[in-house]
Amino acid sequence: MFTIDNYVKAETLEQAYSLNQKKTSTILGGCGWLKMGNRSIKTAIDLSGLGLDKIEETDTEFILGCMVSLRQIETNETINSYFGSAIKESLRHIVGVQFRNCVTIGGSIWGRFGFSDPLTLMLALGAEVKLYHTGKVKLSDFVNMPHDRDILTHVILPKNNQKTHYITHRATATDFPVIACCVSKLPEDFKDNGFRITIGARPQRASLVLDTNGILNDGITEESANKFADYVADNLNFSSNMRGSADFRRHLTRVLVRRALLALNQEV
Amino acid sequence: MAKILISFTLNGKKIEDAVSPDQPLLEYVREKGCKSVKRGCETSNCGLCTVLMDEKPILSCTMLAVRADGHDIITLEGKQQEAEEIGLFLAKEGAEQCGFCSPGLIMNIIAMKNELTNPSEDEIREYLSGNLCRCTGYVGQLRAIKAYLASKEDCQ
Ligand SMILES: Cc1cc2nc3c(=O)[nH]c(=O)nc-3n(C[C@H](O)[C@H](O)[C@H](O)COP(=O)(O)OP(=O)(O)OC[C@H]3O[C@@H](n4cnc5c(N)ncnc54)[C@H](O)[C@@H]3O)c2cc1C
Ligand code: FES
Ligand code: FES
Repeated sequence: MFTIDNYVKAETLEQAYSLNQKKTSTILGGCGWLKMGNRSIKTAIDLSGLGLDKIEETDTEFILGCMVSLRQIETNETINSYFGSAIKESLRHIVGVQFRNCVTIGGSIWGRFGFSDPLTLMLALGAEVKLYHTGKVKLSDFVNMPHDRDILTHVILPKNNQKTHYITHRATATDFPVIACCVSKLPEDFKDNGFRITIGARPQRASLVLDTNGILNDGITEESANKFADYVADNLNFSSNMRGSADFRRHLTRVLVRRALLALNQEV
Repeated sequence: MAKILISFTLNGKKIEDAVSPDQPLLEYVREKGCKSVKRGCETSNCGLCTVLMDEKPILSCTMLAVRADGHDIITLEGKQQEAEEIGLFLAKEGAEQCGFCSPGLIMNIIAMKNELTNPSEDEIREYLSGNLCRCTGYVGQLRAIKAYLASKEDCQ
């Protein structure tokens, strides 16, 4: 458990940001991850008084405040009806309802944890993050940025008529995923055929793979799904940890990408 | 370390107090006499510390006491009647062995009953998956919970 010398319930984001410039300061999300460590926090900055616990919807996007809990997202009817089962599937295995009522989307995405389910999901959805100082950044860029002293204020999920399927393999219920896979199909644009595949818990941070070779150009069939699953599994790096070996993860990736693509086909 | 003034309700009673900013709600409510709330782990996994915050179940080991400010906190002590009733169903099914996990489980059963209507077995399992029991295989608890929910349906 961490210790706190001074606690400040921020009145503005500017105040929170300037306090956070000191290395000894820490932003408090839901404290789920923070409590696992022993940080001596000189100034703890609480964002919970800034109205950042709301989910807003516009014509083009969903805007999630950083203090929105994972459970709020999981039970939000409009988000779930827009994106289908993927949202709930990505969150419902995380520890338990009580835990998901505590932990935040801001802490989850800021952490850029290798095992992260929401990161794997939102990367495939084409999300952006809004940082107080830096402004809007694509999640696909943010995922590889170092942890600096900015504040993540919002996560933005674009409404792109995505069809999405989410699937993980867990050694036991409520444990971290051994591997996480999300497949999303955006409408085609001039650049590519719209497939976004993310693999998380490799166990490194989730990676995004596009179908640059056009393997799925003629649609999803058993054959193209197999071929694309091989392409993803063979082109990503995997490592071993106590939850599984690199080889096992590569094998699971092949299986889950194929399953997710075929499931997506049923939905389209 | 500077203490912080908070004002909230605990089991219906208004409380104004100064708390250490790094004290978990769990230890704080125990100091206030709510001894049903227990710590069963250091990793937010066991669910034994479950309390209701504005009717939603949360882990009091993970929530800081300062964040109770302005909220309504209920522990098992504030839900005596429902707790006893659920306890009887658990006893009738011989569900418990040591019983250590029961306070947290009962709080989450209460939360589930308020949030879900006619949950299926899968939904019950999913809602209660954050409540660990180290003695049993959950089978007796599941029988008791189903019987309890059915009895509530009959009353409506
Ligand atoms: C036992 C356990 C099991 C878990 N299992 C899973 C799992 O299976 N799948 C999964 O995806 N996740 C899992 N998680 C992670 C969890 O879902 C959360 O992502 C994690 O707790 C971080 O969210 P938080 O709100 O608790 O953040 P905190 O712990 O409060 O903060 C995490 C970090 O982010 C910083 N921070 C928080 N908010 C902001 C912000 N708005 N701007 C800038 N910095 C910020 C904090 O300073 C801190 O460094 C698990 C966590 C635990 C403790
Ligand atoms: S004490 Fe185990 S989850 Fe809170
Ligand atoms: S009965 Fe002993 S932990 Fe559940």
